[in-house]
Amino acid sequence: MKEIVVISGKGGTGKTSVMGSFSYLGKSDLVIADCDVDAADLHMLLGPDYQRSEDYYSGELAILDQDKCINCGACLSVCQFDGIQSENGTFRIEAMNCEGCGYCQRVCPTNAIQMETQKVGEWYTSSSKVGSTMVHAKLGVGAENSGRLVAQVKNEARRHAKKEGKEIILIDGSPGIGCAVNSALSGADYVVFVTEPSVSGIHDLKRVTELVKGFSIRSGCIINKCDLNSQMLDELITFMADAGIEHIASIPYDETFTAAMLEGKTLVEYDKGPASQVLIKSWEKIKQFAETEGCLK
Amino acid sequence: MKIAIASGKGGTGKTTLATSLSSHLSETQDVVLVDLDVEEPNSRLFIRGDQTHSQSICKQVPEWTGDCSLCGQCQEICNFNAVIKVGTQIMLFPELCHSCRACSELCPESALPLKPRKIGMLNQIQAGNLIFVESRLEIGEQQAVPLISQTKDYIDNHFDESYIIIYDSPPGTSCPVIEASKDADFVILVTEPTPFGLYDLKLAVEVMRKMKKDFGVVVNRDGLGNNDVLDYCDMETIPVLARISNDRRIAELYAAGELIFSTIPEFKEQLLLLERSLELSTVVDPV
Amino acid sequence: MKYAFTAKGESWDSEIDPRLGRTEFILIYDDKKNELSAYSNSEITQQAHGAGPLTVQKIIDLNPDILITGNGPGKNAAEVMSTSEIKIITGAGDMKIKEALEAYKSDKITG
Ligand code: SF4
Ligand code: SF4
Repeated sequence: MKEIVVISGKGGTGKTSVMGSFSYLGKSDLVIADCDVDAADLHMLLGPDYQRSEDYYSGELAILDQDKCINCGACLSVCQFDGIQSENGTFRIEAMNCEGCGYCQRVCPTNAIQMETQKVGEWYTSSSKVGSTMVHAKLGVGAENSGRLVAQVKNEARRHAKKEGKEIILIDGSPGIGCAVNSALSGADYVVFVTEPSVSGIHDLKRVTELVKGFSIRSGCIINKCDLNSQMLDELITFMADAGIEHIASIPYDETFTAAMLEGKTLVEYDKGPASQVLIKSWEKIKQFAETEGCLK
Repeated sequence: MKIAIASGKGGTGKTTLATSLSSHLSETQDVVLVDLDVEEPNSRLFIRGDQTHSQSICKQVPEWTGDCSLCGQCQEICNFNAVIKVGTQIMLFPELCHSCRACSELCPESALPLKPRKIGMLNQIQAGNLIFVESRLEIGEQQAVPLISQTKDYIDNHFDESYIIIYDSPPGTSCPVIEASKDADFVILVTEPTPFGLYDLKLAVEVMRKMKKDFGVVVNRDGLGNNDVLDYCDMETIPVLARISNDRRIAELYAAGELIFSTIPEFKEQLLLLERSLELSTVVDPV
Repeated sequence: MKYAFTAKGESWDSEIDPRLGRTEFILIYDDKKNELSAYSNSEITQQAHGAGPLTVQKIIDLNPDILITGNGPGKNAAEVMSTSEIKIITGAGDMKIKEALEAYKSDKITG
C-alpha cells in the first residue's frame, strides 16, 4: 500500500482541483483521505454521501459553577490566557480564550471549576461519486486543528484500503508547516507539491520542503499557472533541481479550473482540454513513482 | 484603528489586499502593516525597505533542574503531555508546552523554573512612510498562537492610536485566526466568487459572528465565477466593500512581487472605495 | 528475552500497528514463560498531542528487551526511548505478530 500526499504550502494554487482530478483518475484503485480539515473543500468536487459520521472530541474547556464560586479570584491570578473575566466581583469563563490547561481547576479552593472535553468537529466515511471510499472531516469554528484528527482520518482510510484491497491512499494535506501537515506527512511514501511561479509560491515551497526533508520522503512538483512569470518559473525550477524535487508537470494559467468547479466537477471530468491532458499524464507518472520506486526511508 | 484582513482559506488575495491597502494609505497617513500569518509570512515579499529592528520572540517553558523528589506531579498536572517522568528523569517537550506555568509554579521542589525558548523572529521594516512588522514561526514549532499574541503586544507597546494598524491574518477558521482578529475594530474577509470561495466565506462569517466582530467582504477576482457570493452577502446583509475584477495582469504583478495599485487604475479605484467605506481616507471625495 | 510489539489486536494473528505513538495495543511476549500479554493503548491514542512519548513511557515500564514495530519513533518518542536499553526493530508494518517475530529471528528486519 502506498500513501501519496498532495500539499501546497501556499493556498490558492489549485491543489484541491488537482487532488479532485487525481481522485477521478485513480477511481477504483484508491481510497481518498481529505486531511485538509481546517478548510475542507474537496467534498464539493467529489460528492461524498456521508454514510457514517462520528463526533470528534478534543481539548478541554473550563466550566465554572457559580453556586460553588466564592469569588476569591484564585483562578484569575493563575490564568495566563485571559480565560477568567471578572465583572462586578463575579467571575466567568471566557470560552474563546480558555486554553484548557486546567490550572484554574487545580487552584480553586471550592472545586467550582470542572474541565470538560469539547466536541470540536465530526469525521465521516463516505462513498464518493467517483466510486472510491472517501474519509473526510469537518472541524468546528475556532477549534484547534490537531494532528490527531488528521491521524484518525488517515487511519480510517488505511483500514478501508486494506479491507477493499486498494493499493493507493491519496491524501489531501493542509497548508502551513504546523502540526496538521506533520501528521499528514507521517508514514507517506510520496509527496506531490502543487505550487505556482510567484514570489510567495516559491517562498512557501521552500519552507514546506524543509519540513518534508525531515521525513525523508521523495517528492515531485506540479507547477500550476506556469506562464505567470518566466523569471519566477526559472527560479522555481532551479530550486526544485537543487532540492531533489522531481518536476512532474507544468500547467498554464487556465480558467477551466474555475468553470469545472462551478459545476461541481473535477477538471478531468469537465473537459479534455490541455490542462486535463497534463493532469492525466501527471497521474500516470505519480503512480509509477509511487509503485516502482517504493519509499526511500 | 485596527483592521484585520482574513479569509476562510488561503490564496484568495488577502496578502495582495493587505499590502496594497497599507501602502496606499501610507501615502497620506501613518500606517503599520503587521503580517500575522506567521506560518507563511508573505507580505514582506511585496514590501521594499530597510530593516530597522529585529528580535527573537520567546515563550516561557519549564526546564528541569535535575534535582527533585520525582513525585511525578508535573506529568499529572500538564494537560498537553509536555512533561513526563521516565525512570529517574523528568523530560520536557517544549513544542508541546502552552506556557500555562502550572507545572512550574505547583512543583513542590521548585525543580521546574521557567526559561525563555525562541519560537520565532520579529522584524520591522521601514518602507517610505509605511512601517511593516512581521513574525516568522521557526520550522518545527507547532503553535502559532503565542507568536501571534506576542507580536500584537509588540505593536501595542510601540504604536499608539494615531496609527492605522492593518493585520494580515492567517487563513482558516482555527485558533490562529481568532487570536489575530480578536482585538481588531473591523475585519475584512477576502473571498472569490466560486463555490470554494463561498463555502469558506460562510465558515469565516460564522467565526466573525461568534466573536461579535464588525466585518465586511471584499470580492477578489470578481467576474470569474458566479453571483452566489454576492447573493449570499445580500441575503445576510453583509456589506460588500469592494470588488476587484478578475484580471490576469493582477496575478502577474503579484507573481513578480509588485504592488498593484500604481499600475492598474481599476484596482486603485476599488481601494479608494474600500478606504471610503472604512472611513479611512483623509482626501475629500472629488465626485 | 522479552519482546514488545505495537499491535492492532491482542493475539499472535493480529497485525503490527505501524504507528508507535498511536498504536492500538502493546503486546508483550516473554519467551521464558512462553506468555503473550496485551495492553490496550486506547487512552493514549485519544491524546491530541504527545502520544509518542507517553506510549514509549508505557513500553519502558513494561521493561522489554526488544521492541518490534512499523515506522519507528518520532523525534520526541526517540528521545524518551534513548533513556532505556530497549532495542528498536522497525519495518514490520505489514506483518502479523507471529510473522514479525519470525522475521526478526531470521534477521529479515533490523533496527
Ligand atoms: S513536580 Fe517537581 S518534584 Fe515532582 S517530579 Fe515534577 S519536577 Fe520533580
Ligand atoms: S507550563 Fe503548562 S503546558 Fe507547559 S509543561 Fe508546564 S503544565 Fe505543561
